[in-house]
Amino acid sequence: MTSTVDTLGAVSQPHKEDKGSKSAWILSKRYWYWLSFILPAVPLISGYLAIETSNGLWLWFTVAVLYAILPAADYIFGTDDSNPNDALVEKLKAERYYVYIMYIATFVHWASLVGMAYVVSQYNWSWFSILGGAISAGIINGVGLVAGHEMGHKVNDRAQATCAKLVLACSGYGHFCIEHNKGHHKDVATPEDPASSRFGESIYKFVKREIPGAFRRAWSLESARLNRLGKSEWSKSNEILQSGLITIIAYTLMLAYFGPVMIPFLIIAASYGWWQLTCANYVEHYGLLRLKNENGRYERCQPHHSWNSNHKASNLILLHLQRHSDHHAHPTRPYQVLRDYQDVPSLPSGYPLMFLLAMIPPAWYAVMNSKVIEWAGGDMNKVNIDPDAKQAAFDLYHHPRSVDEAA
Amino acid sequence: MTKYECPDCGYVYDETKGAQHEGYPAGTKWQDLPEDFPCPDCFVREKPDFISLES
Repeated sequence: MTSTVDTLGAVSQPHKEDKGSKSAWILSKRYWYWLSFILPAVPLISGYLAIETSNGLWLWFTVAVLYAILPAADYIFGTDDSNPNDALVEKLKAERYYVYIMYIATFVHWASLVGMAYVVSQYNWSWFSILGGAISAGIINGVGLVAGHEMGHKVNDRAQATCAKLVLACSGYGHFCIEHNKGHHKDVATPEDPASSRFGESIYKFVKREIPGAFRRAWSLESARLNRLGKSEWSKSNEILQSGLITIIAYTLMLAYFGPVMIPFLIIAASYGWWQLTCANYVEHYGLLRLKNENGRYERCQPHHSWNSNHKASNLILLHLQRHSDHHAHPTRPYQVLRDYQDVPSLPSGYPLMFLLAMIPPAWYAVMNSKVIEWAGGDMNKVNIDPDAKQAAFDLYHHPRSVDEAA
Repeated sequence: MTKYECPDCGYVYDETKGAQHEGYPAGTKWQDLPEDFPCPDCFVREKPDFISLES
């Protein structure tokens, strides 16, 4: 006999697939991860093609990569259920090679942003082509946040922590490391978390809660840390200000060298980078809720508190971020050893297509709401619901499965 | 001196070292850390979750 509570409370396990061709595939990924610095170079290549062909539409190419080519690749290449075994995990973890890929990516992200800024400012393009260039740079800024996320979790590794600040500075999102590690991971899948989306909350409503909420939380956490150290929140030890300073210097230089077109270009590129993060936060925990224990603390974040996608193509470019259950269970685990879990909430596609879906709320609700209700066993008390949608959600969907039915 | 280990990531709080970056200087006693002290590596376990390592 299994009640829904037991179903939810069951501890999910990673797949134990580790032999033969699986292990060859896992090892071959070491080359596939080069995509982490090849993808940020796409705007440079498309900029070059735009100049060579005098066709500004090429500046939109990166947009097509994210929203058309990657979803198609996810569809074609399917999912990846391979997990490294324990011995392989130890081997892969110890290899600095995987960290060096992140350092190269950091460099290419900056080269790409400056390169696209050069292309849009030094040639005559229509406003439409410049918009494409700016959004393309924004998409790559979003990918940069994934790299910053990966390195930002390695708080004990000075070089990685510094590179995280550098790459996050591309889009001026330097508060991310603090907000994400100390804020989001603690409060994830609770109503208190501005970076966990609620059932019935559209992404356009979510973003107004997420962006200011995330910044406030980051600032208050950093102020508290600095106060413990006996320092002012405006001291040079403030890690939000450190990263912000890199952004200000870089953006000022670009404005000085490339002219006033940098004002709209950088605003759009940074905002679109932020929007990518909003999309990721929106799809990663939609509607999922951690319940409170008798002692008043929230239950620990468990694998079933994250939406996962195990699509091969998007996982390779997003550093396995979509293996989100394992990431939340073990936030310091590096990307090359994140594992697929059985019996966890699953998205029907990788992030690129899910981001598009999220931007069309009726389509998002049509696909995802039934999955959330199913996940909660029809008990809307176990769903993180937008307060404005609460009444309707209960009226329409609240049919908790009884213990007998679930058995 | 007793040390305390994070059950998730293996970080060990050593009173002789403290958690400098987080603002708890060397010598900060375990009992003086706030109840909501999070693991300074993974941040997903808090003081009550830590396991005492007998020395």
